[in-house]
Amino acid sequence: MATLFWVMTCGGALIWAGTVAVLLYAVRRRTLYSEPAASRLIFWAGAVFPAITLILLLGYALWLMPSLRPLAQPGAPTLRIEVTGRQYWWRVIYRQPGTPPVVSANEIRLPVGERVEFTLKSDDVIHSFWIPALGGKMDMIPGRENRLSLRATKPGTFRGPCTEFCGTSHALMAFSAVAMEPAEFRQWLAGQHVPSAGATGTGARLFIRHGCGACHAVAGTEATGMLGPDLSHLGSRETLGAGILPNSQDNIARFIAEPDVIKPGVQMPGFDMLPPDDIEAIASWLKGLK
Amino acid sequence: MVWRFLPPQVESLWTLFTAPVVWAIHFLICYVGAAVFCAKPGLFDVDFGAVRAGIAFATLLALSAILLAGILAWRQWGFGAGDPPHDDPTRHDRGLFQGFATLLLAGLSFIAVIMTALPALFVTGCLR
Repeated sequence: MATLFWVMTCGGALIWAGTVAVLLYAVRRRTLYSEPAASRLIFWAGAVFPAITLILLLGYALWLMPSLRPLAQPGAPTLRIEVTGRQYWWRVIYRQPGTPPVVSANEIRLPVGERVEFTLKSDDVIHSFWIPALGGKMDMIPGRENRLSLRATKPGTFRGPCTEFCGTSHALMAFSAVAMEPAEFRQWLAGQHVPSAGATGTGARLFIRHGCGACHAVAGTEATGMLGPDLSHLGSRETLGAGILPNSQDNIARFIAEPDVIKPGVQMPGFDMLPPDDIEAIASWLKGLK
Repeated sequence: MVWRFLPPQVESLWTLFTAPVVWAIHFLICYVGAAVFCAKPGLFDVDFGAVRAGIAFATLLALSAILLAGILAWRQWGFGAGDPPHDDPTRHDRGLFQGFATLLLAGLSFIAVIMTALPALFVTGCLR
């Protein structure tokens, strides 16, 4: 991508300099050229040269294309991450041949140096998926599957906002993309296959009793709802509420009590009618789901 | 003269559109063909190489047709004997103008057909 930028910039600068040089020459020259000579100039410099330049540029861009959008290679085991846009969060499913899918939400982890293919979908309205640090954006359109291929070149955490207006809390819909060393990533992904060690306990009982499991899933408990984000390993995520709050126990408790204040238009109803101790217990349990 | 083997001059406005029409048909063949091939994997019993060969064949055919249209237009223009703009209200000038315009359109269509076919040179398979 950087090469393309430099080739285009230098090529454009050369043509610009050439045009300006010819313009200055034309302004300073006193005598006139004959009409056939002018016609020849127009033909070669105004038609033939641009046509050849454009064909070469198009050829160069097309030559780059297969590496930007790798074509299907049957049999090659690749990591595929399915991201589904919802008002106002992201469902993330890691799919790898031979292993069961891993469901998560609002955070995407990638191995550094490996090309990852994203399948982008939407369950309600049009959203748009964009990690500016890693590549261009791609719309998520209901009823369609869009593909995007990205490769992180250095470790780090990159922010990804929703870039297509999707409703009241559009501006509060984001996620973080965490690029990790491949070995570390494999270890993390393997950990996601098993329920969190803290999945049982008082918090789990309260979570089920107050009906949270109707919308949220937590691996290792009876909670298997699919309407809201999967919370199986919520404690290990960096942010809360789709990239808008630091992931702390206090913020989890606040989100349970008044989600519509933090995120106007959110589908989740507020649970401020619950006893404060129960909210605290659930928040503490959720924070412990590493 | 070799020109005797070419079709006689036709005084019709329709010859003006020959090259752009060939360009349009070639465009549709390339894009619709590749799209149908990639969307319906079971429909054809050939691999993507055959699609590329088909596009190459259609391109050669289209370029030849445009070249022929261009040569006919060049002849109608009198092989560049007179200079444009050919704007006298005479039958002679009308013919020259039409020939010149047709020649320019043929040039444009020639380049456009090459650009339409260019992706097939680099794309080696469907994205599935």
